[in-house]
Amino acid sequence: MQFGFLLEQVVNGLVLGGYYLLIALGLSLIFSVGGVVNLAHGAFYALGAYASVEITKYLGFGPAVVLSPIAVAMLGILFERYILRRFYTADPILSLLVTFGLAMVAEQAIRIVWGAAPLSATMPPAFKGSIILGDFLFSRYRLFLLAVVAVVLVGVWLLLHKTSFGRVVRAGIQRPDMVAVLGIRLQPYMTVIVMLGVGMAAMGGALFAPITIVHPAMGAEIITVAFVVVVIGGLGSFWGVVIAALLVGVVRGITIHFAPAAGEASIYVLMFLVLLVRPRGLLGERIEKFE
Amino acid sequence: MIRTTRRTLLKASAAFAGASALGFPSLVSGQTEKIKIGHLTPLTGFLGALGAYAQLGIRMAEEEINQGGGVMGRQLDITSEDSVNPATAATKAQRMLEQDGVAVLMGEINSASALTIMQVAARNKKLFMQIGARSDALRGKNCNKYTFHVDIPSTVMVNAVGKALVRDNMMKDKKFYTLTADYIFGHDLARAAKSFFDANGGKIAGDELVATDVTDFSPYLLKIRQAKPDIVCSNLAGNQVTNLIKQYAEFGLPYPIVGFNLNTADAWAAGEGNLSGTWPTVWYHTSDVPASKTFVANFTKKNGKPPENHAWIEYVSLKMMAQAMNETKSTDTDKLIAYFEKETEFDILKGRKGHFRSWDHQLMQEAYPFTVKAKGQAKDKWDMLELGGAIPGPNESLETIALTKEQNPCSM
Repeated sequence: MQFGFLLEQVVNGLVLGGYYLLIALGLSLIFSVGGVVNLAHGAFYALGAYASVEITKYLGFGPAVVLSPIAVAMLGILFERYILRRFYTADPILSLLVTFGLAMVAEQAIRIVWGAAPLSATMPPAFKGSIILGDFLFSRYRLFLLAVVAVVLVGVWLLLHKTSFGRVVRAGIQRPDMVAVLGIRLQPYMTVIVMLGVGMAAMGGALFAPITIVHPAMGAEIITVAFVVVVIGGLGSFWGVVIAALLVGVVRGITIHFAPAAGEASIYVLMFLVLLVRPRGLLGERIEKFE
Repeated sequence: MIRTTRRTLLKASAAFAGASALGFPSLVSGQTEKIKIGHLTPLTGFLGALGAYAQLGIRMAEEEINQGGGVMGRQLDITSEDSVNPATAATKAQRMLEQDGVAVLMGEINSASALTIMQVAARNKKLFMQIGARSDALRGKNCNKYTFHVDIPSTVMVNAVGKALVRDNMMKDKKFYTLTADYIFGHDLARAAKSFFDANGGKIAGDELVATDVTDFSPYLLKIRQAKPDIVCSNLAGNQVTNLIKQYAEFGLPYPIVGFNLNTADAWAAGEGNLSGTWPTVWYHTSDVPASKTFVANFTKKNGKPPENHAWIEYVSLKMMAQAMNETKSTDTDKLIAYFEKETEFDILKGRKGHFRSWDHQLMQEAYPFTVKAKGQAKDKWDMLELGGAIPGPNESLETIALTKEQNPCSM
């Protein structure tokens, strides 16, 4: 029976990992292609959640989950054009600082507009309740979430590996100077990547709003986990982020099974171990100055 | 010797006289100088939403008192800041006492921060009215004579809900699975819960510690299902309770859920249809005590939303402090302590007046268990809770739900 329980935690961890993936993938793409650390990623997640709560009031849950990532993606275009663009060729620490500042501004702006008290967001009653598959308990809503993440993941993979757009992006990740020599401007591709990245973060916010608290500091909560996932997976690697996200979810679940008090700390211990053994992350591109 | 011409001397004297003329008014108006009060409350973190209400409550009381002429004819000047965490709370409290020259400290909701502020107050021999932190230990083994506690402690909350559960046949021989917040307040609550269970026949099927930054409870919910208890019990605080409730409703586990701590802001945030079970509260805005209704109406008009229990408690606390200062005609710490220790009665907008018990400085007051209204019965999103009858009943002493001398090792 003990093993069965453990397995249940592993499976639940995979589901949760899928959700982390949605946020971390955008973060990883933005860094890999643009070389900028986007600490404001959590702010877009929070804006996605808040936008979704607002839209749900008028149009219902379904439209909210579709429209809020689109709305935030539009905001992402402005973000890229006016703020991020200046930092592509600058020292990475500058992008870190400016996005960190932006994250704080966004949090306080949310506090001013919507107040510090958490908003209540409920899910459509059709999704409530759990399903038992075999001996495993699944929340209906999280399976839906997992399905959405899977679709998005497949979509992003297809975009990166089966389109000419994706070909240029992947080349830009590996050898941006060669791409320039071949006469291709990476700028418009970067804009699309930022839109995609923040849109995914906003979708994560919109999807998670009914089962977590929607409050101004929610961006800060998620950025840490997303960052840990990206670091463990390694920068510049699509599958690295996928594996890392699932690993983080599973490790957390297993730790809570055995030693619940250490649950939150376990992902940082994992990151620490991975960095000790392999500084570039599990599947990351080799970064010369670190190895 | 410096050679000063007569002209320079005249100019200097004129300047000096001019400066003194500007300075004099402030010396003269020294008697009507403001009474400074230092207020700390968490505005960020898992208790941030409660701190925001706390600030609104104390500000409203401050305005009312100042508009009515102030205390002893002097206006109140409250500096309210975010206590952030225990270390920052202690630093800010020390700064407020030392540099800002506040007469008294008030506030706090986080028990760990409250403890550090209590230590600062005792070191500086200044009064701290500890308003919202509920850990038993603050009035118990960590008590000191410079702190007075307003909110109900963990044991009272356990008693309020526990009695309701006993009455509803949900206690004897039932297996409870508890989730406990991993800090001083959670541990206290778990301890109080365990002694209530032991005394009333409840059993514990499992007890998990949950770090205060956990936002996803799915692994814990799986463990609960694996343990198959009769009742799930929450010993969490702040917005963790909200998260647990939302995710508990999401998974739709079949066991009833109760909790020994809840603030109304957290209940509202859970959303319609998610909250269920029996919970404690120190006050709720649907209370039909006339003075309470007036307060609720004024607060709602001013802030566009009804007051939460932390707004109420900060409001009555400042009013109590103002009354104490007015009656003792001073802001001197020892005089105020003596006034409270006399077990003076205060109008706390409830059916019965409250007073601070002399030996542990805890405010004696009624508490209420509440349940959740059936779907569709709530008039608006704030009306979801059904307030139970006040505990203790009208003919029992307020001390029946409070910590007894055996339970409370406080000595000053």
